Amino acid sequence: MEYGLDLEYSFNEFLKGFGLSSEIAHIIWLPLPMLLVLVAAVVGVLVTVWLERKISAAAQQRIGPEYAGALGVLQPIADGLKLLVKEDIIPAKADGILFTAGPILVLVPVILSWLIVPFGQNLLISNVGIGIFLWIALSSIQPIGLLMSGYASNNKYSLLGGLRAAAQSISYEIPLALSVLAIVLMTNSLSTVDIVNQQSGFGILSWNIWRQPVGFIVFWICALAECERLPFDLPEAEEELVAGYQTEYAGMKFALFYLGSYINLILSALLVSILYLGGWGFPIPVELIAKFLNLPINAPFIQVFTASIGIVMTVLKAYLLVFIAILLRWTTPRVRIDQLLDLGWKFLLPISLANLLITAGLKLAFPKFFGG
Amino acid sequence: MSIAITTQFICFTVLSLVVIIGALGVVLLESIVYSAFLLGGVFMSVAGLYLLLNASFVAAAQVLVYVGAVNVLIIFAIMLVNKKEDLKPISDIKSRRIISTSICLTLLSLLIRVDLTNAWSLSSPQNSIGEESTIRIGEHLFSDYLLPFEVASVLLLMAMIGAIVLARRDVMSKDISTGLPVDQELIEKSYEPLLTNKN
Repeated sequence: MEYGLDLEYSFNEFLKGFGLSSEIAHIIWLPLPMLLVLVAAVVGVLVTVWLERKISAAAQQRIGPEYAGALGVLQPIADGLKLLVKEDIIPAKADGILFTAGPILVLVPVILSWLIVPFGQNLLISNVGIGIFLWIALSSIQPIGLLMSGYASNNKYSLLGGLRAAAQSISYEIPLALSVLAIVLMTNSLSTVDIVNQQSGFGILSWNIWRQPVGFIVFWICALAECERLPFDLPEAEEELVAGYQTEYAGMKFALFYLGSYINLILSALLVSILYLGGWGFPIPVELIAKFLNLPINAPFIQVFTASIGIVMTVLKAYLLVFIAILLRWTTPRVRIDQLLDLGWKFLLPISLANLLITAGLKLAFPKFFGG
Repeated sequence: MSIAITTQFICFTVLSLVVIIGALGVVLLESIVYSAFLLGGVFMSVAGLYLLLNASFVAAAQVLVYVGAVNVLIIFAIMLVNKKEDLKPISDIKSRRIISTSICLTLLSLLIRVDLTNAWSLSSPQNSIGEESTIRIGEHLFSDYLLPFEVASVLLLMAMIGAIVLARRDVMSKDISTGLPVDQELIEKSYEPLLTNKN
């Protein structure tokens, strides 16, 4: 059921109207969705930073930022500008090349992973066949950047932070991948678009969260651990390690870490909403609404309506999860390193393995409900 | 030459250069940390070459396994064992270098011979399966390559058990080399008591 707007096709047709060849039109088209997604990611970070400040203030019965714009909405922009014009310091004893390459290696895989985030049937940069597997592979690069910056800072707190970050990242990747595998088993495909389409049959009732409740919880815990959000923010635990691997960083390089961690948080929230909460799907199927209003599903009005509701739903679900993550950050204490590794290896890993096994069994027993 | 082919050519040249220069750096650089990070770069570029061959699943698996697991482990090990001591100079370093160079050159000539004698061209370009390859790899793994696949899992299990045995010292009550009973309380504790020759 291929429906929805094909913006690329209409854009290329529009350019061909000016007498350009299809190749040139394609080259002009290529950077547009990338730029759009990059801008969306950065705006998403600004919104999340503002939310974090406001919600943390509410959790601690403060007011939070209020002078920069209405309700302090311009505060994150002020923060960003401050970081942009700050002096860029490389410590004298640090390793200059690795010190600079570290933050880049942390940020680039996260941004690359936005390649596979769909906001609608055709509203993603590239519907690659390996889809969700690409994200798992890319997120495994990040620890190298963390280790690199931890080592290059030539500071014991940085090195300890980097080592902790890498250990945490490696241990939580396994249950994460296993819970994604259960979803893939049900979908018969790695593509994120297929994963969402498989959940679109009966609106809210067919979302994966009802069929994979255990997987949902395991994935969310692991995603928080991968983002180094608070119950699991050991790599940058202020009281023990100053700021972990970020200790020696200032200015724009620090901003890259900051940006990377928030983009990663939004990305994880988006992926949870895609894998478990029906992605761009409205709680009531749009086809039903169209039938109710007696409109054909291919009418241009319905098409635009579907596309915009898809974007709104994806972003809404993601920000609901971001809200939960922020609340968790300001209400839960930090776990110890042994508790963290115990939770990962002795609890989440067996549970996600059992979940995978049960999913496979249920798929054989009830192919109708668990994907044939 | 169309734009797609030009792009492919540029990507191939850049990736190959990174692979060759990076691999030389891994071998020739003095600092072991730089070597480890360069190794990660080489693995990434090899993944890029797979991507150019339309093998996206293999490319992602290469990134996940070699960069995300193997290389991270190597760097991890280097950083945990960051001793500041100078290594002992090896006495017959020259002859060792000559032997290893000749072995490497023999291997290289063997590979070049394989490259020259093998017929690489596909029977027809339509045979490339692209996105289908993930499914095809899965089918092969569970049919004609089932035995190697399962044997590899047994190998990994053995390695895991070995690692656990090494990590849990209480399994070994005697030191293998000296035959003395192993002190199991603190691994870092000195074997020689500090206060024996007090008088």
